[in-house]
Amino acid sequence: MILSTSSNFSDPDTAYRLVVEAHRGLSDEDSASLDTALVLILANHIGDAQVLNEAIALAKRQLRSNADKKTSTGNHT
Amino acid sequence: MPEPRVIQFGYRRHSDQDRTAADAARHPVVVVGAGPVGLTLAIDLAQRGHAVVLLDDADRIGDGSRAICFSKRSLELWDRLGVGERMVEKGVVWKVGKIFLNDDMLYRFDLLPEDGHKMPAFINLQQYYAEAFLVDRVQELPQIDLRWRNKVVGLDQRNDHVVLAIDTPDGRYHLKADFVVACDGARSALRGFVGAEFSGEVFEDQFLIADVKMTAEFPTERWFWFDPPFHSGQSALLHRQPDDVWRIDLQLGPDADPAVERLPENVRPRIERMLGHTNFDFEWISIYKFQCRRMQRFVHERVIFAGDAAHQVSPFGARGANSGLEDAENVAWKLSMILRGAASTSLLDSYEIERSAAADENIRASTRSTDFIAPHSAQERRMRQAVLRLAKETEFAKRMVNGGRLSMPSIYESSLSTPDFDVWAAGPCPGAHMIDAPLETANGEPIYLTEAFRQGGGGFVLLRSGTGDDGFPGCHSISIGEAMPLRDVSGLFSKRYDVTEGAAYLLRPDGYVAARFKKPTTSAVQAAIARASAQPGASS
Repeated sequence: MILSTSSNFSDPDTAYRLVVEAHRGLSDEDSASLDTALVLILANHIGDAQVLNEAIALAKRQLRSNADKKTSTGNHT
Repeated sequence: MPEPRVIQFGYRRHSDQDRTAADAARHPVVVVGAGPVGLTLAIDLAQRGHAVVLLDDADRIGDGSRAICFSKRSLELWDRLGVGERMVEKGVVWKVGKIFLNDDMLYRFDLLPEDGHKMPAFINLQQYYAEAFLVDRVQELPQIDLRWRNKVVGLDQRNDHVVLAIDTPDGRYHLKADFVVACDGARSALRGFVGAEFSGEVFEDQFLIADVKMTAEFPTERWFWFDPPFHSGQSALLHRQPDDVWRIDLQLGPDADPAVERLPENVRPRIERMLGHTNFDFEWISIYKFQCRRMQRFVHERVIFAGDAAHQVSPFGARGANSGLEDAENVAWKLSMILRGAASTSLLDSYEIERSAAADENIRASTRSTDFIAPHSAQERRMRQAVLRLAKETEFAKRMVNGGRLSMPSIYESSLSTPDFDVWAAGPCPGAHMIDAPLETANGEPIYLTEAFRQGGGGFVLLRSGTGDDGFPGCHSISIGEAMPLRDVSGLFSKRYDVTEGAAYLLRPDGYVAARFKKPTTSAVQAAIARASAQPGASS
């Protein structure tokens, strides 16, 4: 399987909003714990180490410390 | 603190010591290190008919219980060497493990959910008992010349032999050996003599290991806690040994001062909190930092490394002593064939390949466990905590909880194996160890398959299903079926091996599957034996 980066939600705003609201009112520590649990739950739902690996690579490219680096890997999708 | 059980042996001068360096005695095999691995290897070689000199720099065993978990695979090996039943009789048999978070049980596992195996999944037995039983067996075998207080202080590789310089209470002498097997432990001196590096990962967390003597009501199971109420924020392990001795393992974190933590007056309150009573005595206290590392190569010309000398793991998973014993078993038959002239030294390449892959697997598993138990960063700890909390209500997270993945024998991806030609629904594949099954002799006596395997006399064995006695050359046939010498009354052999009439498994002298055939032919079996003996041109 290949990581899907095309839009999968019929209503992407609602999906974004669900995650935002989940974090409302949480401390940074609790937010971090919530995200961590979410990652594990969703990763298991996907159940494919290769997709997870591609998602990690895509997420890592977004880190501020990586922002200035030229990535030659391009888009794997 | 009472002294743990110590057995003292006597140094005895050997006539080899009267000879000059130029005229040094020559032996086919010298094994260095009389720990569990060296003793086991010496016995295996002796049972295969070889004279073995076994050297050890000490003259006693019993400094602490150390390794305590011995796997089914190790017990099957020891059973073949005549000491397995004694180990099981003395040991504490267990197969159930439980993992707790705080006070709650997260899950339980059963390591041997099926019957019909001679040996249990695991026993717990203090290393000093294992060594004592192995020494007793050594003393029954005249082929083994065990020399205490013989410390190897130098090693010189020659074209077709190795020269060892050995210090004894009577001074230095020299020995020549066709092969040297270094089983001299994690601080191996021989590793230094061949100039090999020993690199890997050191874990910063410290662990306190205490063996306490008490009568207790706990069941015979492995209990592992994350963040227990009696040892907040850390992990703990409780495991039963013979003689009412319990192994307790407490994580201390990276900043603890080992000199302070090991003092009985500091250990005692922790254990009192854990057990809820004060009625116990200490047998042994030790503080550890763990390392996972290995030699790049295990075979250095005529010097072969085995056990902790070659690779070291953290103890979570019981992969230290057990993998060393698997090394010993793997090298014994290969050296035996080489010494008998039945194989060339290239057969040792497969030792390197098979056992270094096993070492990598053990290091990987034990590193993952150690990382889970002692997270490296705040986010790693958060991730670990998320898994532990999710484990209470989800199955997927339970399976991520890692308090040690217990030792299972490796499946070798080996040039010695002949790939399957037929399709098999079950059974050990080429490179996997044989699976035990209960059988009966023609007289109706019960016998296990692992016992019947010994009829092969240390050579290749062809396990055959329900077929006559037309033998195949180069191996010993064991026929199982109606009107055959061995009967599969329970049907478990057929089930576990997916055998139909006429099918056959070719087993190496260490009981690993070399090849299997639904319809074996003489030429196919011979080719598989040649391949498993690393004969030139044998592999396809």
